[in-house]
Amino acid sequence: MGHHSNWPEWIYVGVIIAIMCWVGAEAWNVERLVEHVPADAETIIVTGQQWFWTFEHEDGTKEVGTLHVEAGKAYKFEVVSTDVNHSFNIHDYVVLMDAIPGRVNTVWFAPDKAGEHDIQCREYCGLIHYNMRGKLVVEDPLT
Amino acid sequence: MVLELQKPRPVWQIMFSTHHTDVGLLYLIMSIAFLFLGGTLALLIRAELFFPGSQIIADSMTFNRIFTVHGTTLIFLFLLPSASAVGNYFVPIMVRYKDMAYPKLNAIAFWMIPPAGALIWLGFADFTWYATPPYSIISSPGPAADMWIFGLKILGISSVLGAINFVVTILKCKHPDMSIGQVPLLAWAFLSSSLIVIVAIPTFAAALLMLLTDRLGVTGFFNPVMGGDPIAYAHLFWFTFHPEVYVLVIPAIGMMYEIIPRFSRKPIFSKSSGIFAFVLLSVVSFSSWAHHMYATGMSFTEKTVFMLGTLAAVPASGMHVFNFVATMWNGRIKFLTPMMWSIGGIALFFSAGAGGVANAAMPLDFTTHDTYWVVGHFHLFVMGTIAFGTIGFIYYMFPYVTGRMYNETAGKIHFILSFIGTVLVFFTQHVLGLYGMPRRIFDYPEIPEWIVMNQIATVGAMIIGVSMLIFLINLIHSSAKGKPADIHDPFGLGGKYYYPFESKNPHH
Ligand code: HEM
Ligand SMILES: [Cu+2]
Ligand SMILES: [Cu+2]
Repeated sequence: MGHHSNWPEWIYVGVIIAIMCWVGAEAWNVERLVEHVPADAETIIVTGQQWFWTFEHEDGTKEVGTLHVEAGKAYKFEVVSTDVNHSFNIHDYVVLMDAIPGRVNTVWFAPDKAGEHDIQCREYCGLIHYNMRGKLVVEDPLT
Repeated sequence: MVLELQKPRPVWQIMFSTHHTDVGLLYLIMSIAFLFLGGTLALLIRAELFFPGSQIIADSMTFNRIFTVHGTTLIFLFLLPSASAVGNYFVPIMVRYKDMAYPKLNAIAFWMIPPAGALIWLGFADFTWYATPPYSIISSPGPAADMWIFGLKILGISSVLGAINFVVTILKCKHPDMSIGQVPLLAWAFLSSSLIVIVAIPTFAAALLMLLTDRLGVTGFFNPVMGGDPIAYAHLFWFTFHPEVYVLVIPAIGMMYEIIPRFSRKPIFSKSSGIFAFVLLSVVSFSSWAHHMYATGMSFTEKTVFMLGTLAAVPASGMHVFNFVATMWNGRIKFLTPMMWSIGGIALFFSAGAGGVANAAMPLDFTTHDTYWVVGHFHLFVMGTIAFGTIGFIYYMFPYVTGRMYNETAGKIHFILSFIGTVLVFFTQHVLGLYGMPRRIFDYPEIPEWIVMNQIATVGAMIIGVSMLIFLINLIHSSAKGKPADIHDPFGLGGKYYYPFESKNPHH
């Protein structure tokens, strides 16, 4: 321990605190916007089970493995599980929500243009977790 | 320091000894053995992922068991015991006491670990190092899962016993002439991390029991079919294991506090800021556990609270980095092996922390969570910072323990290869995570970016593997045939100022 002055350390700590405040504020603000589900979002029930995904649309139609949606619309996923934990993930649209038995978790997205994207499970769920994959097909609106 | 291997003794005398340096030696040898066992599993994982499709591992169940035991081994059977090794050697000497406060308890805490290790290795469970229910209750095959639970139970008790011993040794047995402020930073590190252990571990110990009775079907704490809540387990688990990451990193930082000033031939820039940052870290380590659970459906408010709790730990970590750099500044640095490992460790600590801040920011975590990004993030800590600090310290202790010098050139090659390998594997894994590759997968689709990144990571892992073989040969060869060390100044740093711990400790 010596005869140094400590002001550089104080400045340094101050800078870190400032950066952390900025990160926190920015994250808070973005997350607040991202979590706001639009009122007209269509609900899709997403069921995870060892080791595939089932999707149920508002009109009652069901799909297994592949999910068809329309570009330009907002969708709200209600993510559930029938056995163990899974995590519903469309990486290209930063959709990620755990499917936990006994709970309904919601997450939403609004695909902007037609295309195909990967759906996968991002929470370890056993034997075929590595291949619990699906496809998202975004189609242009009919008309 | 006491020279253990210089006067040969029969092995059983060391094994049945309760003297702190003997127990330290046992911890050291056992943890190095588990480093190599766990490391071998890592190489198997990386070899399997070199190409899509099944390479050398027949099926995903085997793969899942391998990564589960890999993680469990390296955290609980390498990192924790290797820190205990250093603590056993140094803490009593640093507080100028003849031994640990409770020598028999100390030996008991050590001897609990081999049977626990045997349970984990003979069982080979598959439910990942966090044994999340309901998978771990309804899906994970026994008896492997039950053996893992018992193994961890034993390890938890051993940790708490060890921690109590460190706390009492430091607070109650330090020399009466010594004020608490005079206790060296390495001992402060053990004091802080031991206090975290005592507060954090019982929660997980309780969760493990509940998990076991859930598996037996007599309770349903975490089993939704019986009205239980899996999320409750996640809270209990992370309440223990987020603080636990600081239990791992704080001793490693303490080791760097020994090495950096000596090899910079300057006193530490600010000891009081080091102590302050340790204490602060042990407190704020409890404010952030649910940052592992953003995607479980927590409310916006909960997420915000835990994000702020996480960010609050960053200034304290940053203070250590500052202290190290300011100590090296204008120092007459001698770049010997222990110093190189410490400097490398600090650089990787800094990069790992930056990645951690990204995880903590809620919206970004939805990109990184449970992808290879997280694997890269925490390996930059556990390998890049903690193992680097510890390995550097093993080189530093080597002459004091064996009375001989390790081979300096081999030590430097070990460092350079490991550093290159670590950067290759774990930086690449961050990128893989951004591409969206989930962690814990046995196979992956043929996405060109994923293949390239996986191959770079595998090459990096093999480089680390080679470097560790050099390490092992160096340790074994030099402890028998190395040049006798000048015990008063083995690293030729000059000035006895740098060797305050020379005094020999009497054997019982
Ligand atoms: C001090 C040493 C640290 C160690 C040893 C460490 C270790 C770990 C480990 C083991 C995990 C992953 C656990 C798992 O899912 O298996 C993890 C995840 C995480 N770490 Fe760290 N960490 C450290 C520091 C930090 C810092 C400084 C921050 C932030 C400022 C941070 C933020 C996070 C976050 C937010 C996650 C969760 C990521 C996710 O799963 O999405 N960590 N860390
Ligand atoms: Cu899964
Ligand atoms: Cu954490």
